[in-house]
Amino acid sequence: MENWLSWIYLQQEMIYIVALMILLGIEVIGRVPSVLHTPLMSGANAIHGVVIIGAIIVMGKAEPDNYLALSLGFLAIILGTLNVVGGFVVTDRMLEMFRKKKTDEKK
Amino acid sequence: MELSILSIIYIIGSITFIAGLKMLSDPAHARKGNLIAAGGMGLAIAGTIFLYETEGEKLHNHLWIFAGLAIGGIAGALAAKKVKMTAMPEMVSLFNGMGGACAALISIVEFDRLIKHPFAVSFDAPAALSGGSIAPELISMGHVLIILLGMAIGAISFSGSMVAWAKLNGKLNDYSFKGQHFLNLFILLLIIVGIGAMVLNITGGFHVDAHIEPLSIRVVTAAWIPWLFYGILFLSLAYGIQFVLPIGGADMPVVISLLNSFTGVAAACGGFLYDNKVMLTGGILVGAAGTLLTILMCKAMNRSLINVLVGSFGGQHAAGSAGAQEHGSFKEISVSDAAVVLRYASRVMIVPGYGLAVAQAQHVCHELEKLLTDKGVEVQYAIHPVAGRMPGHMNVLLAEADVSYDKLLEMEQANELFPATDAVLVLGANDVVNPAAKSDPSSPLYGMPILDVELAKMVIVNKRSMKPGYAGIENMLFFQPKTSMLFGDAKSVLQQLVSEIKTL
Repeated sequence: MENWLSWIYLQQEMIYIVALMILLGIEVIGRVPSVLHTPLMSGANAIHGVVIIGAIIVMGKAEPDNYLALSLGFLAIILGTLNVVGGFVVTDRMLEMFRKKKTDEKK
Repeated sequence: MELSILSIIYIIGSITFIAGLKMLSDPAHARKGNLIAAGGMGLAIAGTIFLYETEGEKLHNHLWIFAGLAIGGIAGALAAKKVKMTAMPEMVSLFNGMGGACAALISIVEFDRLIKHPFAVSFDAPAALSGGSIAPELISMGHVLIILLGMAIGAISFSGSMVAWAKLNGKLNDYSFKGQHFLNLFILLLIIVGIGAMVLNITGGFHVDAHIEPLSIRVVTAAWIPWLFYGILFLSLAYGIQFVLPIGGADMPVVISLLNSFTGVAAACGGFLYDNKVMLTGGILVGAAGTLLTILMCKAMNRSLINVLVGSFGGQHAAGSAGAQEHGSFKEISVSDAAVVLRYASRVMIVPGYGLAVAQAQHVCHELEKLLTDKGVEVQYAIHPVAGRMPGHMNVLLAEADVSYDKLLEMEQANELFPATDAVLVLGANDVVNPAAKSDPSSPLYGMPILDVELAKMVIVNKRSMKPGYAGIENMLFFQPKTSMLFGDAKSVLQQLVSEIKTL
């Protein structure tokens, strides 16, 4: 019990952020029109690619003889970058089409 | 100094994620929002590489980090640039799986570090020398829980996304067997019990092997710890496969959205591990938003999330289609007759579906729409929220063909207009216009809101054959007297229609 309480105490700032972000995430998405659902899902997909930062930290603090951390960390960086770069590029491609159509309307 | 700059960078990163998601909710600013979030991400990544410090030590192995970034970046950009519009849902699923795998790998490395060096705090030698187990304060149960959650959720997201990707690709078919959902529940239960058991017993899992003469202090990790850890990893991978495998097409968008929010939560676990706020905000934001999106989609289909999670759709549809065997005959219409009907209608509603996407017929479809509009016919599109394989799939597809935004009607608007519509042209849509969703309580689709195309004066359905739709359910709409079938590939049928109408 004490173990848990001290962990919660140490992480209280993070727990605050979690609670607020849950509410914010719901609030922000609540106003998305259904036409934008696919780009939105794709954009959100790219944002959770932020996990790449964890992979960089794993790799960056791996000792030279810790082969498990080195190899898995390297793999994690490749996969995480795929998620980030691929995600943002795909989303941009989808949205590009929305914009093209917008300018057409103005003409 | 550098650490303060890094924390400012992380704050900027978090704000760009929030602002980006917010702007993605508005068609006019969506693209900018995406770019802003991407910029924030780039900044956070660069800041981490150059400024991050842990216990006064900078990160090293820069060469490896840049090599990994280069490989992943080039491969990701190429794949995303080359993918066809119709294959977009698969691609999102694939990238999502990569993120999940990344989170799982981080947890595996951190777990390995934990069992090799369980002392975050230096422990006092005399207590250790007495040979007892390590004092419970030394290992935080919360920390272990976060590692396990990140690993399990990341692994489920990875294997589930891979299955979803392969299924959308056509590489894998639906596969279900009797009692599958009980097996799924059982696996899930095992994962939860495994995680619980490990967290609660972790403090007893380490023993100190200490001798005074000669002086040696060694930490011995109980053998069950790594076994249980890799057991949970294996079960999580199996669960991801098991839970996506039996789910049919109608549920695929929900599943991808759900897995997307899973990966968000797994990324947030990484934020806890490294006390990294940008990972936490990004992950939780996506986790919450993705969950809401999933629930909205479930509601649109009148399913509960639990129902989707357990994957019971596959089990039900066998019974559903068997019950609908007795059906009448259907009538066919020729292309020239269909052309006449469309040309002389005053209002035409086009209902696009996955068939349109497969045939890549969106441009011809737009051509037909322009042609009819020029001839004085009012043409609009009725978009069902789950038409295609992803919510908004049809909007993206039609946007590619430059179809004007205000011609796309949402389901409620379209349903109001159907009674005043002369002809409905259904292009490769099936389940979203199935009246069984309203009339047949035994149908698995029962309760799902549909487009009421039967209210229109005439319905022309373009399909390649009489085979049931992706969800495997017969559609009684096709056998109604109002309905005429126009068989053929959507693209060639539309091309023929366009040339026929031009001659009228």
